[in-house]
Amino acid sequence: MPPPAGVSGSIPATRALPLPLKRGRPRVADRLFGSGVTVAGTLVLLVIGAMIIFLVLEGFPAMQHYGFFSFVTASRWAPSEAFPNVSHPNPYGILQFIYGTMLTSIIGMLIAVPLAVGAALVITDVAPQRVKGPLSALVDLLAAVPSVVYGFWGIFALIPAIKPVVDFLTTTLGTVPVIGVAFQGPFFGVSYFTAGLVLAIMVLPIIAAVCREVFRSTPRNEKEAALALGATRWEMLRIAVLPRARSGIVGAALLGLGRALGETIAVTMVIGNAVLHINPSIFSQGATMSSVIANEFTEATEPFHLSALFVVGFWLLIVALIVNILARLIVRRGVAL
Amino acid sequence: MTVDIEPSLTAGRPFWHRDATLRGAVTFLVGTLVLAACGSATAGNSTAPSATPTPVCTGTVAPPNYTNGLTAVTGQAKTLSGAGSTFVAPMMSVWAAAYATDGGVQVAYQSVGSGAGVSQIQANTVNFGDSDAFMTDSDIAKAKGPIIQIPLVQAPVTVVYNLPGVPSGLKFDGSTLGKIFSGGITSWNDPAIAALNPGMNLPSLPIAVVHRSDSSGTTSIFTDFLTQTSPAWVTALGGSKTSVGKTVAWPVGIGGKGNEGVSAAVGQTQGGIAYLELDYAISQKLTYGDVKNKAGAFIQPCEQTAANATVGITTYPSDLRVDIVNQSTNPQAYPITGLTWALIYQNQTNAANAAALVNFFSWVLTKGQALTGSVYYTPLGPTLQALCIGQLKKITLNGSPIAS
Repeated sequence: MPPPAGVSGSIPATRALPLPLKRGRPRVADRLFGSGVTVAGTLVLLVIGAMIIFLVLEGFPAMQHYGFFSFVTASRWAPSEAFPNVSHPNPYGILQFIYGTMLTSIIGMLIAVPLAVGAALVITDVAPQRVKGPLSALVDLLAAVPSVVYGFWGIFALIPAIKPVVDFLTTTLGTVPVIGVAFQGPFFGVSYFTAGLVLAIMVLPIIAAVCREVFRSTPRNEKEAALALGATRWEMLRIAVLPRARSGIVGAALLGLGRALGETIAVTMVIGNAVLHINPSIFSQGATMSSVIANEFTEATEPFHLSALFVVGFWLLIVALIVNILARLIVRRGVAL
Repeated sequence: MTVDIEPSLTAGRPFWHRDATLRGAVTFLVGTLVLAACGSATAGNSTAPSATPTPVCTGTVAPPNYTNGLTAVTGQAKTLSGAGSTFVAPMMSVWAAAYATDGGVQVAYQSVGSGAGVSQIQANTVNFGDSDAFMTDSDIAKAKGPIIQIPLVQAPVTVVYNLPGVPSGLKFDGSTLGKIFSGGITSWNDPAIAALNPGMNLPSLPIAVVHRSDSSGTTSIFTDFLTQTSPAWVTALGGSKTSVGKTVAWPVGIGGKGNEGVSAAVGQTQGGIAYLELDYAISQKLTYGDVKNKAGAFIQPCEQTAANATVGITTYPSDLRVDIVNQSTNPQAYPITGLTWALIYQNQTNAANAAALVNFFSWVLTKGQALTGSVYYTPLGPTLQALCIGQLKKITLNGSPIAS
């Protein structure tokens, strides 16, 4: 502290100057911690980068032979028509797998998001106190069921149960002039729609868990204010809880979408494995990017077949990465903790 | 974050009241048990057809007594590994079980499909492969050396269907089957099928084609038959180069993995039609049909009619890569009959493995042929069997022949 103004001379400093922060002499533990954490972080990025590079390297022979974009512009997957000296047309078109992946995931989202939002609302605001815990835990338990068990359940329980309903839909919706093409039968059980249903059940716990946290973070006084002004419970939820949670719900849905896009075994068991071309009806068989890889990689013996499967994996990784990054950005920005 | 006030409410209560996850789990389990108890009374009904096939092929084939096996080679390994065709898998498991006691060697066979069997032997990750479509020259070029291909057994590929109320014995011919499997015929009461089956009451169900999603020798045998007999099939698949093979571009249908997956899919789908090896059709109690052969007769697949498929074939190529599908003009021959080949490297480098391989396949070609009846396979005829033993003698160990 400098001597008081107006006084010159030799008043000695009664208080020592503050010691500088220990910048020049960092402790060993701090240094180790810093570098350890940095290594862990870069390792994660390196792994993702290495995966992308690996997929590109393994898929390079096919990409070079047929052209990089010819895979996503062709929609016919016919490995038996691949010959080493023929490079056009590309027999490994993957457009129908992208279509299958997006269609099953969208059907799953359309069913799962309203259900999950409803479940989260019930858990946070509607259910009595004693029931909240078990209900919440039950929804989380859905996430613990292995995916192959979902596949079994889909084949043996879900398909017989939905067959009468879907047969009815094919005879009614299937005859509507323009959109009827998407609902035409015959329905044989395995289809895009069945896979979408199974995916819906699988992503429900993820979306519900995130929505639950989002709804729980609504300020209590806003809810109480709405109730005090005479709002019914539904009006209170609509006014005080949902608007604030919109971006959180979107983020949760995108997280679920990321899971649905990559789901392999349950989808492979219930989608029917029709890989040739796009089937317009949601009640017909199809294939997704992950299901075609799972089915064909063990015996990909045609020319460029294995390489083409790596290209499918590459595009699947890109799509999944984009969706996951989007989800994290939105959730982080929207949820107030 | 809101403060959770639950703990004070549960103080002094049993532990399962405090822990929400435990409560949830207990509720879930109790609920499931209650529902299962209620639900078991109304257990799900399978869509398997009611009729059990009654064999028109009467009597049994007398098991052959081949005695031309090779003398046993000493110093054999205790285990052998093989992979490939699902077509031969039931027979292979009977052989492996019997040989474990008879020869003292454990044979482990993975039923992964002919295509996977070929790639595994090309990579030399198994001692022997098995495929119902013999390896072409380009396949052999990708292997690590010359490959001996030995037919092991014959079996029919049946056309199975799942139609309630329709028993086994529905008649099909090649051109109708070609149209069905390429999507040309979509309903069971189509006039083409009715014309072959006068008097049969066919339901108006849509046809659900079921085919193999993996690379399959069974597919190769079946599509070989369709290519020979159905111009509609060849056109739909874009020419005879792409209409036959272990993998084809199926225009319609559900894909199942292995003969096992296909039998499960067709058993669960009403109106389903598929191609399956005979043993799978019988053990899954599926109804299968009669197919028109080259002589014009509708023949039921069984041991005897599959054996007749090689009647009349007197010369075989020296490497035994022969196509027997729809070749015989015998009036009692079942046309969609195929062979399955064991794939073995001609130049073995490991003495123990070479000895075990030679001993095992010598046993399969002699005593093993007598066991085929138990799983509805057909033993090789004497001409072919002698040629197979001759192939086995070509196996060498580090350059010198191992067997005699």
